[in-house]
This record gives sequence, structure tokens and C-alpha cells, in this order.
Amino acid sequence: MTAHALTDSWTMTRRELARWGRQPVQLVVNLVFPVMLLLMFGYLVGGGRGVGGAYRDYLIPGMLALTMAFGLEGTMIAVTRDLDKGVVDRFRSMPMANGAVLVGRSAADMLQSVMALVVLIGVGAALGWRTHGTAAAFLGAVGLLLLFRFAMLWIGIHLALVAGKPEMVQAVQILVWPVGFLSNALALPDSMPGWLGTVVEWNPMSHTATAVRDLFGSPGAESGHVWAAIVWPLALLAVFFPLAVRRFGRLSR
Amino acid sequence: MADTAITVEGAEKRYGDKKALAGLDLRVARGTVHGVLGPNGAGKTTLVRILSTLLRPDAGRIEVAGHDVVREAYAVRLRIGLLGQHAALDEELGGRQNLELFGRLHHLGARRARARAGELLERFDLADTGRKAVRQYSGGMRRRLDLAASLITEPEVLFLDEPTTGLDPRGRAEVWDSVRSLVGGGTTVLLTTQYLEEADQLADCISVVDAGRVIAEGTVDELKAQTGGDRIDVVLRDAGQLGDAVALLPLAGVSVDTHRRLLSAPVTDRMEALSGVVRALQQAGIEAEDVALRRPTLDEVFLHLTGDDRRVREAA
Repeated sequence: MTAHALTDSWTMTRRELARWGRQPVQLVVNLVFPVMLLLMFGYLVGGGRGVGGAYRDYLIPGMLALTMAFGLEGTMIAVTRDLDKGVVDRFRSMPMANGAVLVGRSAADMLQSVMALVVLIGVGAALGWRTHGTAAAFLGAVGLLLLFRFAMLWIGIHLALVAGKPEMVQAVQILVWPVGFLSNALALPDSMPGWLGTVVEWNPMSHTATAVRDLFGSPGAESGHVWAAIVWPLALLAVFFPLAVRRFGRLSR
Repeated sequence: MADTAITVEGAEKRYGDKKALAGLDLRVARGTVHGVLGPNGAGKTTLVRILSTLLRPDAGRIEVAGHDVVREAYAVRLRIGLLGQHAALDEELGGRQNLELFGRLHHLGARRARARAGELLERFDLADTGRKAVRQYSGGMRRRLDLAASLITEPEVLFLDEPTTGLDPRGRAEVWDSVRSLVGGGTTVLLTTQYLEEADQLADCISVVDAGRVIAEGTVDELKAQTGGDRIDVVLRDAGQLGDAVALLPLAGVSVDTHRRLLSAPVTDRMEALSGVVRALQQAGIEAEDVALRRPTLDEVFLHLTGDDRRVREAA
């Protein structure tokens, strides 16, 4: 059974890639959406409350982290859609490795997140943004972002399995936005009312955004958050990965 | 037992307070089509989900193709095909992509998966539409593709859970033809349905299920015989005389359909009943349009077995 784990996971990943090929517009929209947010907050709404120096240097790492957080929605939608269509029943009634359904989902979502980072950083570069740190630090920052995305992914799978129906996703979507914006992605916590600033500083996403700013060498970036940006996602994974796997196994209850 | 494809003994499954299966027993001979007939909520889908390893039973011994569905789920999965109530397909992918995906997951390897997909598309008359996204398929086409997907490895046992629910008559006929063409190949088919006609058309043997139990079992003819065999139908010219006729005719267990000016009753001795009815009608001066002897319909059998006889009479 386990002999097929790798092949089956790869087959399931390819299934997602084939879907992209079928719906390129959907994929492009998903990739362009964060760019739109970046341009909107960078130029339209503008400013950045309490941020000194170039707002761009503050905003781009924040947008990268925010994009990783919003990835949770995409994961949830995909998982609930498969459950609802009954195609998961077919997978489960076949002699394939049980975990491949979830592994394929993770691989495809991570791949899409890498693409989203490339696009967003590319647009940033086109707008004149540059990292001020070393290449190694840059890659480290990308690693932290993907680690955070990976934690969001398993939260997404778990919530989707709990919610079950696509209609329930909307409820979660509405919650993801405040959680995403209740972070330091767009503005410094110092500029917010005291209690709100505290909430924002506790948000795991804020640690990731701050650590990325630090590694990019953004002027005025707070240091010392890299460890929190590693430990928080790992802690979330330690909780949600087993929960999601158990929940998936419980589909047979 | 090599000649038994499915064995179910004392299967139980509850959801909270509700017993979906309450000690269900079933035995399906290899190479036959077995119909599981019952109303909504009788436990048909729960049974299929347990047999296809999607759901764990709370109790009971359940074997499919010689393997226990709980302890040897993987061995069972190697030998079954499942056509669930809802199309289990990737809607965004094309028909061919779907079949290749499932072929790969059955570990056929890329080349054989591709060849098999081609064969099945051809066989189910979908070769022209293999590239189209399943989303754009008609109901009948989707069902045929779904059926093709459950036949990738020529399973020993095939489960069809209400295969034609929601299809128009044409789609239904298409699926029936496909199922019939399978039976020749030696596959054992377990089919659930709410449509008596469907069970009548496709199944060699039928289990009638109600409230999570099998309440009757047999061939179509045996089931019909269980409810008192033949029936007599009398159609009157004047619906107003139906009441008089019921009182006067030498029949018991009469059901009345005012709309069709029809009364119907089970009979034991065909000729005696027929001559008795004709004589009684003539003596009372009640004009009949038609008097006929016939076998009971499966509907009557079913309603009789589930104890809902009275509902028919009240509705009439």
C-alpha cells in the first residue's frame, strides 16, 4: 500500500496541474489578486500608518505574508469542492495510498504559492523595490513565508473537513480577512490603539512579516522575530496537521 | 465460498440515535445482478458505503469478493467498482483526463491507463467528447463516464447506488443498456434503487429493504407470488357505482382508484374469480368497461411488504 504513496501523491499533484491547464484564467486571477492589493495599498490608499522610510520596503513583505495567509481560502475551497462532488468517495474506494489526496492538495497549493511569491516579488522589483539583505537571507525569508503558508494550508484542510460543504467556506472567508488585516502587514502596531496593537503583535502572521522585513534588510525593521516566525507555524502544524489527518480518516465514521 | 460475491451478516450502523442499518443480512451470488429496493432512508446508501469500504459498520460480518471490508479494505478496493449517487468525477477535467487519472491511481501505469481510457470512452460512446470538461456533459453522459470510471479495472463486484436517480428517461435507458452489457462479462452487480421498474428490468434477485433490514427477498416472480399472486382489475363505466361494486363482489382486500374508475383485488383461483365477478356485475346491472386478470406490479408488492398497503387504499 505504502509502495504507491509517492506515485499516488504525484498523480494527485498532476491532477491539480491539469486543472490549471484547463482553467488558466482562474490561475492568473489568483496570481494577480495579491498584485492588485499591493498596488491598491501602495499607491491608492497609500501612506502606511506610522511607517517611516519607504513604505514599499514595509508593505511588500507584509503583502507577501498576507498572500500566504489568504492561501487558506483557496485550500478550503478546493477541499470542500472535492468532498461535495463525491470525487473523494471515488478516491477513497480505490486501492490508492490514503494520504495521497491530501499530499497532492498540499503540493499543488505550495506550488501555486511559490508562483504567487515570484509574481509579487517580480512586480515589486518592477516598481523599483530591492532587497537590502544578502541572497541567503532573501531565500531564508522566502522559506519563512512558505513555512507560514504550509501551516495555513493544513489549517485550511482541517477547517474544510470540519465545514464539509462549500457554502460553509464563505463564513470562514469572512473571518480570514480580519485575521489577515489584524496584523502588521500594512501598518505598524504602534500606530494602533493599545489593545489592538497587542492583538496584532501576537498574530503569528505579524512575526512572519517582521522576520521577512528583517531578512530583506528593510530600513527600520525590528529584528529578533525569525525564531517566532519558525516556531509559530511549526506549533500550528503540530496542532492542525494531526487534526486534519484524523478528520480525513474519520470520513469513514 | 467461491460462489458468493457479497456476504452481509447482521450489519449494524447508527448515526447518533438513528439506526441506518439494524441487523441487515444479504448474500449475493457471483455473476448475478442483485437489486436492493427500498424507499428513501431505508439504509440502501449506508449499505453501499459500507460494502465499498467508505464507511465502517458498527457490527456485523461483511465480506466482498472474499475479503472483510474492515480488516482487508485494501484487498476489497482492488476488486470493486463504485458508482455513487453523485457523479464522482473531476468536473473541470475532460472525460479522458478523468479516466486516465483513475487508471493511474489503479496503478495501471501511464501507457495502460491511456489505452484503457480510450477503450472505455469508445465503449460508452463518449469518444467524441473525451476532451470536453465534464462540467459541460449532459446528465446521461456524466453518468456513463462515471460508470466507465468504476470499470477501469474490470471489477469483480460493482456497486451502483441509485444509478439513474435524476436522469431523464433517455439517460435512464442509456444507463440501463450499459449495465445490461456488463452482466455478460461475469461481474457481480449490486444495485440500489427506488424504482421498481429498474429492479424489475435489471435484477436477477431482489432484496426489499426497509428501516435498515431486509424484509423480503427473492426473484421478481417470487416476490410477486408472495403478495397473493394474481390480481383482478375491474374498470366501471360509472365511478359512482364503485362503492356498490366493492360491497357486492366476491373479493377481499379490494383497492379503489376513483380517478380511473378502477377496483383491484388479489385472487387465488383465477377462473372462479373472473366468472364470479362477471356474474355479480351482471346481476346487479353494473356496467363494466373492462375486467382483466394480471400479475401484481412490483409497486403493489413493495407497498404490501412495507406495510403501506393502507396508504394506497386511503389515497384511492
